[in-house]
Amino acid sequence: MSSENKNIKRQPEWIALCRRVVKSGGAKLGAIIFAIILLFCIFGPLFSSYGPNDIDLMSMYGGPTLKHPFGTDALGRDMMARLMYGGRYSILLGIMASFCSAFIGIVLGSIAGYFGGHTETIIMRIMDIWSSLPGMLLCILVSAVMGSGFLSTVLALTVGSIPGGTRMIRGQVLQERSKEYVEAAEAFNCPKYSIMFRHLLPNCIQPMIVMATMSIGSVMIQAASLSYIGLGVQPPTPEWGAMLADGRSYIRTYPHLLLVPGLAIAATVLAINLLGDGLRSALDPKLRD
Amino acid sequence: MSEAKTLIEVQHLKKYFKVPSGMNHAVDDVSFTINRGETLGVVGESGCGKSTLGRTLIHLQEPTDGKIFLDGEDVTNISGEKLKMVREKEQIIFQDPYSSLNPRIKIESAVMEPLKCSHRFKDKNQMKEEAGKLMELVGIDERLRQSYPHELDGGRRQRVCIARALALNPDFIVCDEPVSALDVSIQAAVLNLLMDLQDQRGLSYMFVTHDLSVVRHISDHICVMYLGQMVEKCETKELFANHLHPYTKALLSAIPSTNVHAPIKRIQLKGEITSPINPKPGCRFAARCPYATEACHQPQELIEISKNHFVSCCRVREIN
Repeated sequence: MSSENKNIKRQPEWIALCRRVVKSGGAKLGAIIFAIILLFCIFGPLFSSYGPNDIDLMSMYGGPTLKHPFGTDALGRDMMARLMYGGRYSILLGIMASFCSAFIGIVLGSIAGYFGGHTETIIMRIMDIWSSLPGMLLCILVSAVMGSGFLSTVLALTVGSIPGGTRMIRGQVLQERSKEYVEAAEAFNCPKYSIMFRHLLPNCIQPMIVMATMSIGSVMIQAASLSYIGLGVQPPTPEWGAMLADGRSYIRTYPHLLLVPGLAIAATVLAINLLGDGLRSALDPKLRD
Repeated sequence: MSEAKTLIEVQHLKKYFKVPSGMNHAVDDVSFTINRGETLGVVGESGCGKSTLGRTLIHLQEPTDGKIFLDGEDVTNISGEKLKMVREKEQIIFQDPYSSLNPRIKIESAVMEPLKCSHRFKDKNQMKEEAGKLMELVGIDERLRQSYPHELDGGRRQRVCIARALALNPDFIVCDEPVSALDVSIQAAVLNLLMDLQDQRGLSYMFVTHDLSVVRHISDHICVMYLGQMVEKCETKELFANHLHPYTKALLSAIPSTNVHAPIKRIQLKGEITSPINPKPGCRFAARCPYATEACHQPQELIEISKNHFVSCCRVREIN
């Protein structure tokens, strides 16, 4: 029956998961695009002869040339260099904010789902109120209060997506905690935190991973919107949203100022969404081979 | 039956659940004792409160009323360190070995976990060794130790559950229909394992089941439950030879006979099961009982008909 078990060399679970993720065409494409963008942002600056803030007033509003493949902006700064440095901020913002909110959602949702009763009522009602406020408004509120800067932007973006994650985890925990292994753990005095995070969480976290991955894209768009209205990362720091904001006055005359960061955002978000979709099908036990 | 041998004593245990339409009397005024090294079988149809009784007994749920004694000590409403100590003496084996093991924890870790939580062993290797011994005891091959639960069949999983329950060396184990999810051939193997372990370790079981042939095989005493109330309680032999309560009669007549020439006359029960939510006083079986009279709607008492044979029926002497 299962006699071959010992001879089978176990693949670490995450490697097997990665294999399943890239099995679908869309996810493969997403992974490739995302990898290219990442490499471009991380290692690109090493090969660029321009800094992101090097002003060259002799070549303002330049179109794409060999010297400046993506042209130059209103101050003659090289768009490619700015794009590379800006990508670091934009992508990091997206990843950090969506994983921070996933983390908070996991903790709150696990507590609400496991303990139930008044604890659950209090947490979930707060989440209800929280989610009735528009996310963007919350973002603006937090960044107005905290001031601008990288970390406060992360915080502002985190705040908005906490209720969704909390609800999802709570639902999963509720479903899982009625299973008998939880009762068995209670019967042998397993500490509550261990039941929550060692027993329940691994069985509840999969949809959250998908949700967090998918939300990187939307958080990046939100980050761009925040920068666009001047509340995110401050100039001259090159962030994709901020670059969009800088270029908005020239939309008719020099469209490349908007097209370059706009397309970068669109491509990254698309890649992440494709990856997230692949992750979802890889994690869904019903779609496994 | 000396006092010193009594391990578990339950007095007038009640467990009610609040439901939107009232109070669900899941367990209503149940009393019994279980001696060291003996097995109490609890039988009854689905939803009669058997499992709730078991869970209440090992402190997974708090009783609404009544008292539980373990080794003569009142352990009804305990908490903190005391509760932890008592829980180590009482364990549970569940019906469904598929959901009673965490699918993401290897079986060796699953067996090691109670040891880890009890802090009895400081050294990880010692724990591993102990878990190994336990798995050997229940008959899990060494090569399976690093498997995940879904890689094992039902019988093996149930063995893992038994090993886990035994890890803390308990005195008392609630077996909540441990074999009803298994194939018949595996049922026998698991039952024999449970009985061997009882002999070796002097365990006491409360064996919850609806399978009468299983309960006959394993129990010393049987208590029959109907809608949260205990209707009959006596030794196993006595119950099968001389059952007195109308419900027990109907229940036992449902066992298929292997003798084609002398088929058992089945007693067919008519009517609906009474709702356990806000029940009326009196015998809950009265609505379906062929012998019911006005007197049956008065509160019933357990009557000791013969030695250690209790029946909760006011007409028991008339109808037998």
